[in-house]
Amino acid sequence: MKIRLLAGLLTAGLTLGLATACGGATVETSPSSTAAPQGGASSAGGTVKIAINPWVGYEASANVVAYLLKNELGYTVELPEIKEQLAWEGFETGDVDVIIENWGHPDLKKQFIEEKKVAVEAGSTGNKGVIGWYIPKWMADKYPDITDYKNLNKYAELFKTSESGDKGQLLFGDPSYVSNEEALIKNLKLNYKVVVGGSEAALIKGAQQAQTQQKPLLFYFWDPHWLFSKTDLVRVNLPAYTEGCDADPKKVACDYPEMDLDKIVSKKFADTGGKAYELVKNFTWTNEDQNAVADDMTNNGMTGEQAAKKWVEANTAKWQAWIPK
Amino acid sequence: MSSTTAVSAPPRVKVPRWVAPVGAVVLFAAAYLAFRGTGTLPHDKEAPQFLAVTELREWIDDHRNDNPLFLYFLNYIRLFVGGLYDLFQTTLYALGWPGLTGVMGALAWLAGGWRIALLAVSGVSAFGFLGLWQSSVDTLALVAAAVLLSLAIGIPIGVWAGLSARARRAITPVLDVMQIMPTFAYLAPLALFFHIGAPAGAIATMIYSIPPAIRITALAISEVSPTAVEASASLGATRRQTLFKVYLPLARSTMALAVNQTIMMALSMVVIANLISAPGLGGDIIRGLSRAQVGIMLPAGVAIVVMAVVLDRMMMSVAQRGSAVGWRSGGSGATRAGEGGGAGATERASRSAAMNRPHAKLSRIDLVAAGVLAAVGLALIPVLPRVWPESWTINVVAEVNDAVRWAETTWYPVTTFIKDLVTASLLNPLETLLTSAPWWLVTLAVLAVAWRVSGVRPALIALGCLLAIALLGTWEHAMQTMTTVAVAVLVTLVIGLLLGVAAARSPRYSAVQRPLLDAAQTMPAFVYLLPALALFETTRFTAIFASIIYAVPPVVRLVEDGIKAVPATVVEAASSAGSTRGQLLWKVQLPMARQAILLAANQGIVMTLAMVVVGGLVGAGALGYDVVLGFSQRTDFGLGFVAGIATVLLGVMLDRITQGADRRSSPRKRKSP
Repeated sequence: MKIRLLAGLLTAGLTLGLATACGGATVETSPSSTAAPQGGASSAGGTVKIAINPWVGYEASANVVAYLLKNELGYTVELPEIKEQLAWEGFETGDVDVIIENWGHPDLKKQFIEEKKVAVEAGSTGNKGVIGWYIPKWMADKYPDITDYKNLNKYAELFKTSESGDKGQLLFGDPSYVSNEEALIKNLKLNYKVVVGGSEAALIKGAQQAQTQQKPLLFYFWDPHWLFSKTDLVRVNLPAYTEGCDADPKKVACDYPEMDLDKIVSKKFADTGGKAYELVKNFTWTNEDQNAVADDMTNNGMTGEQAAKKWVEANTAKWQAWIPK
Repeated sequence: MSSTTAVSAPPRVKVPRWVAPVGAVVLFAAAYLAFRGTGTLPHDKEAPQFLAVTELREWIDDHRNDNPLFLYFLNYIRLFVGGLYDLFQTTLYALGWPGLTGVMGALAWLAGGWRIALLAVSGVSAFGFLGLWQSSVDTLALVAAAVLLSLAIGIPIGVWAGLSARARRAITPVLDVMQIMPTFAYLAPLALFFHIGAPAGAIATMIYSIPPAIRITALAISEVSPTAVEASASLGATRRQTLFKVYLPLARSTMALAVNQTIMMALSMVVIANLISAPGLGGDIIRGLSRAQVGIMLPAGVAIVVMAVVLDRMMMSVAQRGSAVGWRSGGSGATRAGEGGGAGATERASRSAAMNRPHAKLSRIDLVAAGVLAAVGLALIPVLPRVWPESWTINVVAEVNDAVRWAETTWYPVTTFIKDLVTASLLNPLETLLTSAPWWLVTLAVLAVAWRVSGVRPALIALGCLLAIALLGTWEHAMQTMTTVAVAVLVTLVIGLLLGVAAARSPRYSAVQRPLLDAAQTMPAFVYLLPALALFETTRFTAIFASIIYAVPPVVRLVEDGIKAVPATVVEAASSAGSTRGQLLWKVQLPMARQAILLAANQGIVMTLAMVVVGGLVGAGALGYDVVLGFSQRTDFGLGFVAGIATVLLGVMLDRITQGADRRSSPRKRKSP
């Protein structure tokens, strides 16, 4: 607590010094201080920092909330590019106010919500999320038994690439994504190697090429995603999820569970965020809503803001319910 | 030639010179075939040392606010740096875009007249036109904070090192290591001690950019004419007076170079610092990377380059303003390998400073003009909108993405062919070789090569580094990274030699190439990832391609200078003895330029390693990816941290192996043409 106090004093001193020195210290200038609420987010016209995680569904949600915060409530919104786990640390440093779509992370919840008490849950987004391994549909048609993980080794040869050597390739996305892949391969004794494509875009491109050009591909993917409405994909059945089978990350040998995606905000934002916090808390929509916005962003050449605007204009009734009275 | 004597120490009679190396190669090949697959050290993600570091980090995270070391020391540093950054950011935001443009223009005018001012004004406006005003200002504030700290710490150390030979001897090896450390290696320890965010980013940038500040300042001070010092001492000046009235004024123009180099280094680090959540243009680059959209990255890349060019030209004008003499006599250490983007700057300044006569003192017109510019800018702050108007921005994201998509589909057969060819014919065999060979065999091979090329001490250091890598549990990934570096260096040297020889032979071609090389060396490293990513998507080859275009310019320059330095009389003699041009090149010029070429190899290796590690962001895998992963997944922090250390060890090792050339005689000591 002591450091908080000192930090507060120091930051306050600095801000004061700034205010007198250049006559223009604005509230949006404290992205880095470890403590000391500066009263920024509490009033209308404050700044809200929504971390951007690198998948388009997340961005869709973030952009719609950002659009409403800006245009309905008059906040300034920053969308810093901070990946999943770092964003949680951002709650502590003040770099992040909101994670708009959180995929599980019970370990981080325990650490940052229960132990450090720098974050709080802000309810479900209404989206149901599930991660899995997918193949293009033509493969399931041609090799009907491939969708059972027990037969994957039989087909490993098909999935070999220049990057995977003598094993089959399992294409992965951004290094920051939730992942049990290494453990699954090890524990299910699969002759596969995780090859990191580095981005959602690499996965999408791979999947589209695989289906149109009839190329073999086994890849990590997730729902909700607009891609399912454009390309036929089939999920590979891993051993079914049972409660607690993923408790020890090293021993995971089961499929991913269906998750209720939720919102996490910093404690500070929950306490002083006022209407902005209320809006974030009230925000909830369906997978179809998210896919529509994400589709516009990816395939119809719209920026996040344009896509959000389009959705907001078409769905007044939905978002009206989120706006705090 | 200490190395050759070391190896062929017991001189045998009538054994041809090639026998020893060929014999060694045969021996190693035989040993490999006999022991392949044994004694390998496969990668284990769950190695206890990784887990220990991860646990340490968890512990630190839990005790960040109650451990005295953090409570009374580290957190204060963090707060102070954070405050400094906030100060700069607030000031720059308060200036708004009209104010900042005016002030930068004015400063540029003072530095180098209307041309530089024009450059600065258009450069700063470009941030707005690119739609990146806020990110650019954040980056500028981060660079400003980091550079200020670098100079505040670096200049006193530099002065000390310049005055005391003992201090210099103590500091030089540290700086050597710092300069071959790839940017990535700095991040994990800093995240550990200073958490994430802007302060940690500023500190990382500061540490990365401090070596040139120390080095060049030391150089400047040590080159102040002893007569001047003598004179002032005999007039009864105290040490303090001598320092402030004699040393510092006389060393001023060289110290402007130190500032310039520091800024350039900071600019190349500041983007990478986004991996630990530092704000600024890095965010846009990472955004582009994680969407695989060059269209998002390109404007941010352009903005960084513009920032580098504007600051570079401003500082260069300041440097030229001072006396052009004095510091040229021996710039041996100052521009050694690893300074990356700015490596050529010192040399460049010496050349241009030699050509331009020193500017006259600032005229009154300059002062007035600068004042007016600043005043107009400041006066416009309340008039114009505070935020850069959106209608003034040029949005090229879609166009660039389309162009990239076009290039991808059109050149797909060619690029895929190149990629697959290199991967299948060079990368995979070499990787298999290195990872399937027993560790002791690789170690022996490294020892032998280092001994032969650089002598005993470097060889022992290289050995130590390699053993440490093995102990850290990063052997397999280090070997993979080494493979990537080896392939990249090979291609870089081939291209560098070709272009360098061409330039050395044709002055006209050289004149065309020089400015391109200059420009290329001002650019921060990751900018080269853009074209690579556009052409080759995310694979190991992408990183190789990027590091080639990153490392070729200095190699070309060194080769060209090396060949040009062959005395004209020797060339004359060879020609008159009837050598053809080809013979002249192969028998005279290249052998005589051997030192320069080895130095080029050394530079190439260090730069390539730096880039290959950054290539972890675009599919290079191995150590670089481990570092990226360390920041992406908390459970892998230890792995990333150790991989960072392993990268440094690998860098030191590769540097020592090829260092022989650099130690013996530095071609930079030669007079520039």
